[in-house]
Amino acid sequence: MTNEQILAELTEIFRGVFDDDELQITPATTAADIPTWDSLNHINIVVATEMRFQIKFQTSEIEELKNVGELVELIAAKTGKR
Amino acid sequence: MGALPSGTPAWSDLAKVAATRLDFIETTRLDNLRRRLYPSGQGSDIPHNPVRLAILGNSTFDHLAPGLRVGAMRRALWLDVYACDYGQSLQELSDQTSPLHRFGPNTALFSFDYQSLVAKGLEGLHANEVDQTVADVIARLRRLWELAAKAGCGQIIQQTVIPTMPNLLGSNEHRLAWSPRRVADLINARMRDAADADGVDLLALDSMVSNHGIDAWHDPALWHRAKQEISPAAAPFFGDLVARLLAAHRGLSAKCLVLDLDNTLWGGTIGDDGLSGIVLGQGSAEGEAYLAFQNYVKQLAKRGVILAVCSKNDEENALAPFEQHPEMVLKRSDIGCFVANWEDKATNIRRIAQALKIGIDSLVFADDNPFERNIVRRELPTVAVPELPQDPTLYARCISDAGYFEAGKITENDLVRSQQYQENLKREAVRASATDLAGYLKSLAMRLECKPFDQLGLQRIVQLINKTNQFNLTTRRYNEADATKFMYDPRAITLQLRLTDQFGDNGIIAIVIALPIDGSNVEYRIDTWLMSCRVLGRQVEQATLNVIASMARARGARTLTGEYRKTTKNSMVAEHYEKLGFKRVEDDADGTFRWSRSLEAFTPFSTHIDTFEGAA
Repeated sequence: MTNEQILAELTEIFRGVFDDDELQITPATTAADIPTWDSLNHINIVVATEMRFQIKFQTSEIEELKNVGELVELIAAKTGKR
Repeated sequence: MGALPSGTPAWSDLAKVAATRLDFIETTRLDNLRRRLYPSGQGSDIPHNPVRLAILGNSTFDHLAPGLRVGAMRRALWLDVYACDYGQSLQELSDQTSPLHRFGPNTALFSFDYQSLVAKGLEGLHANEVDQTVADVIARLRRLWELAAKAGCGQIIQQTVIPTMPNLLGSNEHRLAWSPRRVADLINARMRDAADADGVDLLALDSMVSNHGIDAWHDPALWHRAKQEISPAAAPFFGDLVARLLAAHRGLSAKCLVLDLDNTLWGGTIGDDGLSGIVLGQGSAEGEAYLAFQNYVKQLAKRGVILAVCSKNDEENALAPFEQHPEMVLKRSDIGCFVANWEDKATNIRRIAQALKIGIDSLVFADDNPFERNIVRRELPTVAVPELPQDPTLYARCISDAGYFEAGKITENDLVRSQQYQENLKREAVRASATDLAGYLKSLAMRLECKPFDQLGLQRIVQLINKTNQFNLTTRRYNEADATKFMYDPRAITLQLRLTDQFGDNGIIAIVIALPIDGSNVEYRIDTWLMSCRVLGRQVEQATLNVIASMARARGARTLTGEYRKTTKNSMVAEHYEKLGFKRVEDDADGTFRWSRSLEAFTPFSTHIDTFEGAA
């Protein structure tokens, strides 16, 4: 899966979590860019992403993420290993 | 949530979406929509008597609220949730001025994780000391239940302790008195006794975890990160389990299981295969699977679920296994209302509800046939219709998992209910049906493919000719050589008809053979006309006659003759030709009835079936 495809899948997940079908995200998007990105929604993103990509994040990995781009890279690394 | 109609959806539209399988994100979105559209719970079709649920415990609950509200919506309940502040249950319940009291709950849900119940480690304690600790825990819970009742809660739900802890010994964990796993099991056992004594309903997540595995319910990473004992992924199911208890407490659980017969209670078709031909009982895996399903159904009846039968069959055929088949677990006396005829099932299900004097919304309809399931879903949206898996080994679990018949307690009355229905039930006059059959048939987008016999279809054609008993006008049996002869006879009209619809391909469902009666082609006699009962009531007969008529005309025929040869099994088609506008001409002494119809004045029947002729 290319990073573009991962970003497209993530966009669908984000639209679901933030209940906004128009939402656009880029690799540079951070929690500060989306007003309703609170800790609960953060966990929802993580859980939905794990379900969608059939992967499991480590607690430390999630805490280190700075933006969407890093999440894409992390997913690419985990799905690429299989 | 593509199923929502455009425009502003009504509460009932949202409830329909709630009844479909939703993941936790979809659940949250549906809940958001509900809260945007109906912020105050006011609306013409919103149910009265809202549930005001206080959820109390020591973990995080915000992520569970959408699943709770959607679960309630699925069961025609309006739910408002108040989540108590972390670890504040006792204070909020005791303090009359607390936000909890201002919320005014009528239902309380206590959800405690193991650590919050057993605060200190029990390492090294002896069995009697552990017992004392457990007794203290139960006493504290009972005190909370009492406070909740005083705060106005008419229903109190206690979640059992989820065994999230690792084992110390393994399979023989119970031999270490202070092992957390053993203590959790002990608390759950004592909690069951205390809940029975105090009239509290349990939410048995310990048993759910043993069914689905701990990973489906609890993610240690989320517990440490956010104190979510129940994973967001499990939130929709958690909400549904709670909603089942809410519904049961308010008398909204389903009361009656309506059962199809052929391929639901036994394998095969009783009308065609006969008593010795249906698959039921020891000796084959399939027969044992139907037996196991009947056992489950019988146990449901024994605990108070009313059983009904709704089958497209002659009543005599439908009753035969109940009265004569040695392997049948279910007997006629287990069935509160037995309906077997050839009318549409939505109409019959209305009759069942009337005869049993229960609401349509308290019925669950189990049928292996997707066509029947969908017409019932469409015509009677409040009837619960499980999507039975194709494999009968999974029927019981499918019905059990859906929780339709959730019950908080069992009364004496429950245990004798089916008997009462049996005694009291009388046949009653019923109102005419209001089923919009035409609309349903149109929505099916049916296509009838008509082909002459061909080599590829021959095996199936011969099989149908020799096995079809009910919808079979003449019951003439032909072998492969006979069928091949018809196939190569240029004057014979042979038809194999395949029906497809939006749910899929029904396969070859009807066979016709028509032959000229003499050297000229002026009159054609329908020698054989048979059809699978699965497609009854779908205008296939009319569409088929249109095809026969057009083919006979193309050969120069001016008259079409039909025959009905009476057997013990084909009474359902005695009026077949009359219904299709044929005139009775003569009867033979041997029980053959002859009908005829002029082709000169023949106008094709208008149907909802798109007919097309396939190549030979």
